[in-house]
Amino acid sequence: MNPSTLASPGLFTVEGLVGVVFLTMAAITLIGGMIACNSDRLVRSLSGLVICFVGVAGLYFLLNSPFVSMMQILIYVGAITVTISFAIMLAAPEEKRKIGPPSLFSGPLGFIAAALIAGGFATLAVRTEWTVHEKINDGSMKVIGLQLLTDHSMVFELVSVVLLVAILGALVIARQGREQ
Amino acid sequence: MRLTLLNVIVAVVIAIAFAAVNAAYLVWAERRGAARIQRRPGPNINGPFGLLQPPLDGIKLMAKQLTIPGGADRILFIIAPILAMFPAITSFVTIPFSDTIVAKNMNVGVLMIFAFASLGSMSLLIAGFSSRNKYSMMSSVRAVSQAVAYEIPMLITAITVVLITGSPDLMEIVRQQSPSILHWNIFPLLGNSHNILMPFAFLIFFVCTLAETNRAPFDLGEAESELVAGFHTEYGSMGFGLFFMGEYANIVIGSCMTTILFLGGWSCPFGLFPGVWWFILKLYLLIATFIWIRWTFPRTTIYGLLNLSWKILIPLSLANLLLTAGLIKVF
Repeated sequence: MNPSTLASPGLFTVEGLVGVVFLTMAAITLIGGMIACNSDRLVRSLSGLVICFVGVAGLYFLLNSPFVSMMQILIYVGAITVTISFAIMLAAPEEKRKIGPPSLFSGPLGFIAAALIAGGFATLAVRTEWTVHEKINDGSMKVIGLQLLTDHSMVFELVSVVLLVAILGALVIARQGREQ
Repeated sequence: MRLTLLNVIVAVVIAIAFAAVNAAYLVWAERRGAARIQRRPGPNINGPFGLLQPPLDGIKLMAKQLTIPGGADRILFIIAPILAMFPAITSFVTIPFSDTIVAKNMNVGVLMIFAFASLGSMSLLIAGFSSRNKYSMMSSVRAVSQAVAYEIPMLITAITVVLITGSPDLMEIVRQQSPSILHWNIFPLLGNSHNILMPFAFLIFFVCTLAETNRAPFDLGEAESELVAGFHTEYGSMGFGLFFMGEYANIVIGSCMTTILFLGGWSCPFGLFPGVWWFILKLYLLIATFIWIRWTFPRTTIYGLLNLSWKILIPLSLANLLLTAGLIKVF
């Protein structure tokens, strides 16, 4: 969505309200990300991550894809953050605060990298000719499942290979710990 | 149904009122039920049958001071009880009580309920971590491992039902079960699937609901004989009240889902007068079972709890999913 067309309609038209909802969700995502990166307690970072994921789910919902939005909440909030919280419990159950000065990477270099990525995406978004599609399908589970197992089966299988590699990696690391 | 502003406001108000009234009066039902099982009268002084007890308890809780322990994470400490209540109330929006009484039916209804249910464990986690209390911490560790263990068989059994129906739409799931009791997913003799293992799927789902709502015999998170009161040890006043109400709201949601997925929702067993009254009847029978189980079975151990899920429920539910898929292909 182009920001210049976003400001032009009135607030109480459909486009205006969509813009308000979009900006709210984007703001929630960004604020969540900021909390996740800048908090000095791990549990607060985790909560920031949850806020960020909920914001992204809201964006998906706004883009007329309730299935993806619900999967975002179910998998990222329900599974991934819970798994991360396991890691926090195993690593630092006493809720230690961050100590020591920030490293060089978290300061200027990190800012430059973030600015480069953000600038690149912004340029891409502005330069691309966006064609407005009609609604392709209803985005239901059935259509997505059929697409995944017919047209995009290659991608689907490759994703499972990635998962297999992740599981094998976890097993290898766990084995090493056991032998010590 | 057109989504006008008035509709939305009315639906949200009704959802909140239903959740709050249920939460308040299920506490009364729980105390009376417990008293009956333990052969004592229970709360019977205030009002007829003690019916005025819940509002009086609410007033007492609201009048108390909200204390935050020193060293606690203030922001997270305040957010946690709100987060306990929020997903339950949100889930009420998409639950169809009858073919007309539904606030907003979504074509991914099953997913939405489970997505918001998974937020519930976050609130226990945050509450336990932010309290700065080792009992709370241990409780949240237990609650999270329990939530991870029981969400998997629960989702697999729900997927089995979605597979039978061919749609994750809650209204469609009920509609396909509505002709008679033989179409219900708990024992589907007629209909799409002829899977004779569905009663076990129902049992798995029910056990998972018990575990996900942290009810006895799976209330390891607030095991009062070991962990004081678990994650809500440091909470007083309405913070505790919200956790308490959140638990009962979650029980209502869990029973609603069991009713919809397995017991035919608002349909009548004999095809007579389908309507919201059948839904309410099934819902409260299930809730009564919840209360009955709590005061009948002793608490399990954490190892027994995790073994039950990972070694028994998950393989069984996976086998049931495979069998159902095979049977749908054959018939």
